[in-house]
Amino acid sequence: MRKVRERQESVPRPAGRESPFTTISGRPVEPVYRPSDTAGLDYARDLGDPGQYPFTRGIHETMYRGRLWTMRQFAGYGSAAQTNARFKYLLEHGGGGLSVAFDLPTLMGRDPDHPLSLGEVGKCGVAVSSLKDMETLFDGIPLDRVTTSMTINSPAAMLLAFYILVGEREGVGPEALAGTLQADILKEFIAQKEYIYPPRPSMRLVVDMIRFCTERMPRWNTISISGYHIREAGATAAQELAFTLRDGIEYVQWCVDAGMDVDSFAPRLSFFFNSHSDFFEEIAKFRAARRIWARTMRERFGAKNPRSWMLRFHTQTAGVSLTAQQPYNNVVRTALQALAGVLGGTQSLHTNSLDEALALPTEEAVTIALRTQQIIAHESGVANAADPLGGSWLVEKLTNDLEGEAFEYFRKIDAMGGMVSAVERGFPQREIQESAFRFQQAVERKDKVIVGVNEYAMEEKPHSILYIDETVAGEQVAQVQALRASRDPGRSVRALEDLKSAARGKDNLMPPILEAARAYATVGEMCDALREVFGEYQEQPIF
Amino acid sequence: MTETAVRRIRVVIAKPGLDGHDRGAKVIARALRDAGMEVIYTGLRQSPEQIVAAAAQEDADVIGLSILSGAHLAICRRVVELLHERGMESVRVFVGGIIPQQDIPELQQLGVAAVFLPGASTQDVVRTIEEGQAALA
Repeated sequence: MRKVRERQESVPRPAGRESPFTTISGRPVEPVYRPSDTAGLDYARDLGDPGQYPFTRGIHETMYRGRLWTMRQFAGYGSAAQTNARFKYLLEHGGGGLSVAFDLPTLMGRDPDHPLSLGEVGKCGVAVSSLKDMETLFDGIPLDRVTTSMTINSPAAMLLAFYILVGEREGVGPEALAGTLQADILKEFIAQKEYIYPPRPSMRLVVDMIRFCTERMPRWNTISISGYHIREAGATAAQELAFTLRDGIEYVQWCVDAGMDVDSFAPRLSFFFNSHSDFFEEIAKFRAARRIWARTMRERFGAKNPRSWMLRFHTQTAGVSLTAQQPYNNVVRTALQALAGVLGGTQSLHTNSLDEALALPTEEAVTIALRTQQIIAHESGVANAADPLGGSWLVEKLTNDLEGEAFEYFRKIDAMGGMVSAVERGFPQREIQESAFRFQQAVERKDKVIVGVNEYAMEEKPHSILYIDETVAGEQVAQVQALRASRDPGRSVRALEDLKSAARGKDNLMPPILEAARAYATVGEMCDALREVFGEYQEQPIF
Repeated sequence: MTETAVRRIRVVIAKPGLDGHDRGAKVIARALRDAGMEVIYTGLRQSPEQIVAAAAQEDADVIGLSILSGAHLAICRRVVELLHERGMESVRVFVGGIIPQQDIPELQQLGVAAVFLPGASTQDVVRTIEEGQAALA
């Protein structure tokens, strides 16, 4: 057999491009990949077929031939009524499930009339102040037939309570509700910064929710352990992978330490990744994630149920990569990133809209985003075979490399005493900041080209956007004040006191939160009750 | 020409309101520090009152507000109001983040000195601050 002479770098090459040939994470890329790059790869041990441990190639045997990924567009703005209309629009036009974006006051556990809510109501998502708003938000939407993901973290338990009670009103018991709660507080300290309470009481709340859902809500994904935000904050692909999975390990450990059997809750943990611009790095990242998690659950935690080994994830294309300049370029970026998510075997997918860097999406923009997924699903052919890039020397090498880097980070973080300790020391936060700064420098040096921004810029006409003014704030404040005046005052006061007592003790916080929600206590009031007991977290600002 | 002591430009970088997206604020803060300015970063969830108080305490020349949440009009209005109330009109207010083009004229009318949109470079910000300070001198 003829031996191929491998080219040496010292052999003079034809004049080529000057840019460093690295992924967007700064990882050097070889000019070409060969079988020697994956020597030692064992199919049964390292890959398996789709649906076989370690699930590198996908968690289901049939993957998209059995069922396409869920087209789950994140949506929410203004009032509950406005968002209810957007939900119905998406479902009517082929959306497979709902995903709720809340406004900052809701996310931060504040009522719309709190001083810090000035200018914020209804701007980044839908304003939900109480159970009343939740009833409007899901009006006419059958909770036994629609699955809902809620992007909410510090007040996740309160919003879960609202959802359960809306279901109850529809005659749908908690055991029939299907969906996901993000509830991943560790990534808040690391990246998104929507924390309220310090890390340890926050973890207690998460464990309480996982335990409650394990007992009462078998169709509910208790947490969406997220890398999306970590990546948006500036992390590299390896950091996104490592910190997300190490957060997952932390949650599993805390639940196990709280006396839960790993196989009782692990099948309902879920994940959420970014799909960024470097096509192959992202596909390799998703594959590495599945293999790392499978190995970790089996070897580190001794899980026996195969469903405990399977990493199920949602993907969102990278908002941070989209530009305010020449917004239609973003349709192309999003399509490539969505394709990477599909080739990486995601279970559900959100595609960003072309106006992402300008405002919340217009109806036209979100329609194109949804159509992007539908075209990939029905026209491109990529969904016909599972893990179509499996066996590519480049993709398998990258998958191996990313797995190795993740385990390196696990070792470091384990040595610090775990993720909560690492967060308290500022370790992941500093890593991310460094990567963010380095990336900005690379862009300003033009080592990284951003089309339309540092190259190929041009004069542009203003682009029309979804503009949210202060009308919603006025209405929301009036409604909340009317609610406080009209509800049973004794019941809500008592419920908030009971919540505080439970917080001081060790009881599960979901039942008292459910009672407070029933009594029409507001998000701000419930969160303030816990603020009194847990205190508020102050980050050490470093830059 | 008289000799003047070299005084570093003092900048307070602030995250007002509820928005926690601090990637840009921190990258800018570091770039300004690397450019030789004295930078104070307030951290998250600051009220306009806290920001102006920090600027007063730190004898700031510039306040840089990072706002991605859509609350820019209300917040900038309040910050500029407070600066006037306290006789701190010489402190220049910059804002960066997600700001609709249609709001820029109103921000300028309010007294905001510069608005930085996505795609602005750290060098744009450094230059704008330095040129602004030179013009005041």
